[in-house]
Amino acid sequence: MTTTATDLEKAMAFDEAARVAHELRVKQDQRNRRARYLKHLFLILVSVVMLYPLFWLVASSLKPETQIFGSLSLWPEEFHFDNYTRGWNALPISFTVFYMNSAIVTLLSVVGNLISCSFAAYAFARLQFTGRTIWFALMMMTLMIPYHVVLIPQYVQFLKLGWVDTYLPLVVPKFLASDAFFIFLMVQFFRQLPRELDEAAMIDGCSPFKIYWAIILPLSLPAMGTAAIFSLIWVWEDFLAPLIYLNDIKSYTVPLALRLFLDQEGESAYGQMFAMSVLSLVPVVIFFVAFQKLIVRGIATSGMK
Amino acid sequence: MKRILARNAPGYLFLSPWLLGFFLLALGPILASLYLSFTRYDMVSDPRWIGWGNYEYMFTRDRRFWKALEVTFTYVAFAVPLRLAFALAVAMLLDKGLKTIGLYRAIFYLPSLLGASIAIAILWRELFSATGVVNQMLALVGIEGTDWITNPKTSIYTLVMLAVWQFGSPMLIFLAGLRGIPKDLYEAAEIDGTPRWRRFTRITLPLLAPVIFFNLVLQTIDAFKTFSSAFIISNGTGAPADSLLFFTVYLFNEAFKFFRMGYASALAWVLLIIIGVFTALAFLSSKYWVHYDNDRD
Repeated sequence: MTTTATDLEKAMAFDEAARVAHELRVKQDQRNRRARYLKHLFLILVSVVMLYPLFWLVASSLKPETQIFGSLSLWPEEFHFDNYTRGWNALPISFTVFYMNSAIVTLLSVVGNLISCSFAAYAFARLQFTGRTIWFALMMMTLMIPYHVVLIPQYVQFLKLGWVDTYLPLVVPKFLASDAFFIFLMVQFFRQLPRELDEAAMIDGCSPFKIYWAIILPLSLPAMGTAAIFSLIWVWEDFLAPLIYLNDIKSYTVPLALRLFLDQEGESAYGQMFAMSVLSLVPVVIFFVAFQKLIVRGIATSGMK
Repeated sequence: MKRILARNAPGYLFLSPWLLGFFLLALGPILASLYLSFTRYDMVSDPRWIGWGNYEYMFTRDRRFWKALEVTFTYVAFAVPLRLAFALAVAMLLDKGLKTIGLYRAIFYLPSLLGASIAIAILWRELFSATGVVNQMLALVGIEGTDWITNPKTSIYTLVMLAVWQFGSPMLIFLAGLRGIPKDLYEAAEIDGTPRWRRFTRITLPLLAPVIFFNLVLQTIDAFKTFSSAFIISNGTGAPADSLLFFTVYLFNEAFKFFRMGYASALAWVLLIIIGVFTALAFLSSKYWVHYDNDRD
């Protein structure tokens, strides 16, 4: 076999083409890398701006009163935990009570939301009954209604029932699925579960409640978890309903207690106010970290991309 | 008859907590609120029917009502577009070319979870106060700031900033939407030499329209309902000079400070109608700019 000139030329041309392609790729890579660095730089900058207020809050809570408004620094010269110990008892009632109150309201609300909303969602997503579409449409419409519209008649009603200054107006609505958003969230999830499961269970003689309890709920843990976390955070931070229904300081939740600091601003207890503010955010941040994992697991188990 | 009952019983049984709530906590109160809005009611004596009196006073003589509308609409007009623009811009940065977005996503989302809390409202007051962090930073570059919170000209924008700071939740929804756009569309456009801006306006925006629509409706409704942060930052009154008199703050004061329950109910109905009109407008306009996937094939 002899190599002809044309073959040689072809081979060289290929070689050249490969070299050019390689160079282009290297250049492209370099450009991509530079773009990526720029992107990271920008995103880090945004992150710093986003987090700065939070870090400033934490730093200020650790500084003595006189140094809070003097500096931008995020590192206290000396750590001053006084604000926490004194702030905890700065109000006529200790924060232990406020945290207990908030915990009771939050816990009951989350339980109420999970039970009542999953009941309603199960009915909407898996059961056949007349009027289902109409009720579903009405449920979706309640999503749009501002709380302020139902607030006044609800208040009048709860006052007549003697429920003002108890936790009932805060908690009972949760057992009646008043947070329609969670119904919607669960309906979306329940609908994705294969229908064959219900049908097979029904043929085996399972009651609708058995199907809900033994099949739907165990398969929906990610959705239930998401609903639990969101409802926990929202109730924990809720301000309007406690503001209206709780008048006695002994029954105050944490957000109401924080507001008391503002009324005493003249006494310049900024450090203590910031310290208690930081503490009030801690549960949310902790649950946020857990929530992140839950989302990832939820996405993995449900096979969504 | 028995069969109808047997078929419907499980459904209605499971639905019963919600049904009870719907009638007692939603439908009933809404109708009661409508009735009260035509009365004078101070919670001491029974409601007294005054026809359109509340609405007439509101629209013709109540300056604070118009002020509350102005404040709320200004807030909505700035906060919603800015928050969405930020959310979309950052979502697009995160969507392409980066492998580790988890941490950024978490950092950007965190303020959305904390933003509604009283702690953050308190923090915001101090950040923008005369001696606060913002003014100290401005001083570094030689700008003399004002007392942002007590200056009626600037106070509303501190709340707009607070809203923009919470761009994380619409960002997450945009991210999910961007994932759904086929990547080969961008590759094809890039090979054809389509400039970046046109790729954005011709591919990203149209295909993302349903998600933008969803976010727009959600965020607008939310913005109209803003209460806690405005209440805390304005000391519960809408001060300074009513520049933070959000509609909800005005309503709260009328109802629970002055016990003008009838008038406050009328205010609540106006709010309901405004939100209803905006939602309806969004849905009506959506046919012109939102095209769902299924009309493509």
